[in-house]
Amino acid sequence: MDSKKKNQWKAWLYLLPALIILAIFTVWPIINTLRMAFLKDYNELGLIGGQKFEFGFDNFVNVTKYRGFVNCLGNTMILCLVTVPISTMLALIIAVALNSIKFIRRTMQTIFFLPYVTNSIAIGMVFMAMFSMVKGYAGQEGSIGIINTIIEAFGGTRINWVNPNSSKAANMAVLIIYIVWNALPFKILVLLGGLQSVNKQYYEAAKVDGTSRIRTFWRITVPLLSPMIAYVVITSFIGGFKEYTSIVGIFGENMGPIGSKNVLNTMVGYIYQSLDNNQGRASAAALILFAIIFAVTMVNMYVSKKKVHY
Amino acid sequence: MTDNINDIDEKVTPEQPATEAVKSAESYVMKKKDMNAVSKKQIAMKIAVQTGLYLFLGIMALAVLFPFYWMLISSLKTYAEYSETVPTLWPRQFEWSNYATAFTGELNLGRLFLNTCIVGIVSTILSLVVTVLSAYAFARLEFKGKNALFAAMMATMMIPGELFTITNFVTVSNFGWKNTFTVLIVPFLVSIFYIYLLRQNFMQIPNELYLAAKVDGTSDLKYLWKVMVPLAAPTLISITILKMMGAWNSYVWPRLVANDAAHKLITLGLRQASWPVEGLEGVEGAINYPAQMAAVVLVTIPLLLVFIFFRKYIMKGVSRSGIKG
Amino acid sequence: MKVVLQNLTKIFPSRNKKDKNAEVIAVNDFNLEIPDGKLIGLLGPSGCGKSTTLYMISGLQAPTSGKIFFGEDEVTKLSPENRGIGLVFQNYALYPHMTVQQNILFPLQNLKGENRLSKEEMLTRATEVAKLVQIDEYMNRKPSELSGGQQQRVAIARALVKMPRVLLLDEPLSNLDARLRLQTREEIRRIQRSTKITTIFVTHDQEEAMSISDYIVVMKLGVVMQTGKPQWVYDDPANLFVAKFLGAPPINVFSGKIEGGKLYIGNEQVLDVKGVENQEVYVGVRPEGFILDKKGKLTCSVSGVDVMGRDVSVVSTSECSLNPVVRSIISADEMGNIAGTEVKFNLKQHKVFIFNKESEERVYFGEQLAAHEAMVAEMAAEGHVFVAHDGPLPREADDKLKEKTAPVIKQSLFAKGVSSVKSLFSKKKEEPKSESAEVLQEPVVPVEAPAEIAAPIAEEAVTEEVKVEEIKAEPVAEEKVEAVAEEVKEAPVKKPATTKTSATKTTAAKPATTKTSATKTTAAKPATAKTSATKTTAAKPATAKASATKSTAAKPATAKKPATKKSSTATKNDSEG
Repeated sequence: MDSKKKNQWKAWLYLLPALIILAIFTVWPIINTLRMAFLKDYNELGLIGGQKFEFGFDNFVNVTKYRGFVNCLGNTMILCLVTVPISTMLALIIAVALNSIKFIRRTMQTIFFLPYVTNSIAIGMVFMAMFSMVKGYAGQEGSIGIINTIIEAFGGTRINWVNPNSSKAANMAVLIIYIVWNALPFKILVLLGGLQSVNKQYYEAAKVDGTSRIRTFWRITVPLLSPMIAYVVITSFIGGFKEYTSIVGIFGENMGPIGSKNVLNTMVGYIYQSLDNNQGRASAAALILFAIIFAVTMVNMYVSKKKVHY
Repeated sequence: MTDNINDIDEKVTPEQPATEAVKSAESYVMKKKDMNAVSKKQIAMKIAVQTGLYLFLGIMALAVLFPFYWMLISSLKTYAEYSETVPTLWPRQFEWSNYATAFTGELNLGRLFLNTCIVGIVSTILSLVVTVLSAYAFARLEFKGKNALFAAMMATMMIPGELFTITNFVTVSNFGWKNTFTVLIVPFLVSIFYIYLLRQNFMQIPNELYLAAKVDGTSDLKYLWKVMVPLAAPTLISITILKMMGAWNSYVWPRLVANDAAHKLITLGLRQASWPVEGLEGVEGAINYPAQMAAVVLVTIPLLLVFIFFRKYIMKGVSRSGIKG
Repeated sequence: MKVVLQNLTKIFPSRNKKDKNAEVIAVNDFNLEIPDGKLIGLLGPSGCGKSTTLYMISGLQAPTSGKIFFGEDEVTKLSPENRGIGLVFQNYALYPHMTVQQNILFPLQNLKGENRLSKEEMLTRATEVAKLVQIDEYMNRKPSELSGGQQQRVAIARALVKMPRVLLLDEPLSNLDARLRLQTREEIRRIQRSTKITTIFVTHDQEEAMSISDYIVVMKLGVVMQTGKPQWVYDDPANLFVAKFLGAPPINVFSGKIEGGKLYIGNEQVLDVKGVENQEVYVGVRPEGFILDKKGKLTCSVSGVDVMGRDVSVVSTSECSLNPVVRSIISADEMGNIAGTEVKFNLKQHKVFIFNKESEERVYFGEQLAAHEAMVAEMAAEGHVFVAHDGPLPREADDKLKEKTAPVIKQSLFAKGVSSVKSLFSKKKEEPKSESAEVLQEPVVPVEAPAEIAAPIAEEAVTEEVKVEEIKAEPVAEEKVEAVAEEVKEAPVKKPATTKTSATKTTAAKPATTKTSATKTTAAKPATAKTSATKTTAAKPATAKASATKSTAAKPATAKKPATKKSSTATKNDSEG
């Protein structure tokens, strides 16, 4: 009995450092965020100045009424709904292709994983450079950027992607390309791992039965991979709703082209921007974000339970 | 399984399917000529499919690699060359001064490197200690409420980090930690995911080893250090790398709480620096891309090096987490 | 459809690029003619190339050289779908996300052009086949909702539904439990009979092959050892390997010699073999070949009697026996004649096979040659060519070792051979695992397709070095494992026995039944102790039991992980407790 008690004591000792930090930086924030969200326009400075805050749903109401927030919500939704299907499908095709070659397969795998080990801010700046038009020295025309050059080489017309006065659609297109580029490696890695763990005999059986490649893909690969696909879709939806750094990478803290501040802002961007002076609203926005993510995840899980096989 | 072997022959009339089989098998019989044609078609098909696959993968690989290529060659161009109407695909002349600017200019990359390394190394070491201790407690020690506590911790993983950031920002401000290294290290010391990962790893180690150590009178701590830690080394390496990469890539939190020159981390510094073009000062939208790309290269290369050397560990850690380092 | 294999050879290139010599000849110059409508069993130990042969017939693997004919058509270069075969995989490979019906319909839905059937036709066809294999009640279930036997039948139905010319089954019964296995093998036979489709199946279980095949093909290391009707092969083995491989309980092998037309086992003259040259021989005696006789010529010391109902099995030992024990099956009525520690036997002539010690090939004597010739003639009359391996027998790595080392090891090696055959019978349940382990154990053994899938896991864990050590340690190791097993049972003894005799002595003192259980409990549960031990230790950092075997027996094959020291402590603890 004694040794058992001693063990209990010891276990808590082992856990102590983690528990202290968790209490301060994880448990307290959960409570405090709930508190702040329900105190109208709560902010620390005001608190110190002796300000009193009303209790109620005002923060939530104000946040949703605010036009900037609606814009953020819309941007986030668009980015999510467009990039998730595109990147998942593309990753699936690449993974299947990778799985069916032998020569230089490892090299290819490494190449496709490269974007993962990069800094999303730094590479965002590279994308900006690629799409941006460049001012020339006095009297010179300047460059239209490498992407536009390529487009024109194929007979297209140049587009103002990211410079001042660019359309929001063009901005979004650049963002989507970058986000997909960034999201591919993780998905390819997971899906390829899934493919490799699929029993090869299913494919041999299909081969013996003369199944065409396309039919094999839809009737065997996709269903057998469905748990992995579900996992990838759920995680990328969660990631998509928290999209922020890729936009900062390309457009900077401005969250939009020069002269169009916050055009491309997202939910998370909104939270960080309100953080300094209105923690009440930031908390409300964070809770709304959490609710959305939770709901979407639940829907995803429900759908995948119905669709995912075994 | 309801069948009884003796009943089988009565139930099935063997003749009927047999004729059926013979009839259908005829359809497979091919003439010699057909056989050659089929086998030729087979080969042609195979070649076509393989070519298609490599073509597709090749194009995709180019798309993946292109930004890296553009980053590299741009960093070696002069601004004059970079701003030519038709971009050149290879620098006419290597302009290494762009790299020098990154260290000497406004960016002061040396300082940023140093700050990031301090934060990265200290936070990794502390985090490993905390993680190992907790994972060990959860994997090996028995105490009341263990499962409930673990479940509660796992549940918090569902909550988006942004939700914590708001309060943590307030908290560290109240602690007076703003613009210190502490603020960059302490709040993220505990990662529940890493604890989970390591606990799983620890639990795979057979209990017999632990019992044997007990019989020999080995203390828990010594056992942990001498047996568990070496055995879980791959996971610990994964955690170390991801943690270091985390410090290298962190942007949001440092921007909020440590935005001064003395504590600025590398990604933040990179983003916040302005890149004026000589001779075009004050012109809106004139960015010295070559200089910027040189800095980006310098930030990216350490990551690529780590990737080359620790590819296995990174991929392993990543495929299980889905979090970006 | 007649199937002809001509000079079929499969060489797997070396995985290690530096070592070109490490290539593996999985199937070596395989010639076989399979008559139309028969059920053929390809039989052999793991790694003998039987599965590779099957995969080459299916077209999933391409032969390195040689030709395959279906009837008059050469199909060597055709891809599987153009060959008209049905293949049933070892693990059935039923699509888990489809119902039974969808699984069976799947091959039909793949048909294109003129072969395409209407939906109704497909359904009719599927239902017919389902009825044939008696799973029509379960058409709407998913495979996971079926028992092993039912899954097996769905797999057969899926293979049959497109009416293949040849049906191929890879280890069809290995995933079933003992009772189902009996039932299913009858089932396979019935289905084959009623469809009359030429069927080839692969198995490592001699009993399974013997019971349902029209013909069996015994293989070793990629070479055909003997073909024929099961009973013929059993009654007339062409060499020592075949004799040892067929039959349960296994054949008893003695070391003996022929001198002046008499066959001697030890100093005892047991049979007249007039006209046979003087030579050193192995004498194989089937368990049912012993006659209890007080004046018998072969003397053994009794260590126990297993009652098996109608018959009893007398377990005894003999100094000349290469098996650890001599097992003879006699009628239960004669049990009374066993008294004291000694027992004497006479031998039934037709149950005794003599093999030359050098070549291990059969030496006929007395009436055996005539009987053999009659059999060959009978086979020829059925249109079947008798094939027995010709020329030097393929040898395993340790066989070579045997030639160089002292006679003591020679003996233990033989014991090893037998016990590995024994283990094959007890191993039915855990195929892919054991196969990969087997590959580890005998690196020279050809790698089969399923092993290839399973191998990397094990391979990753074990360094090259360990493998080498494994081979060297082997002959002695096996012996020690058993010895240790005995000792642990009685009391924890510190030093392991080194020679075979000491191990056997312990056995002799105790009744045989105890021995078996002792071996079972301590020498690590499934299969050969060594196999599983090696694997566990290499893959994971040592469970106590695995290391128990390892540290005493197979010379610590230092695992990469630094656990070795600790694990030996665990061992001590374990064996004391």
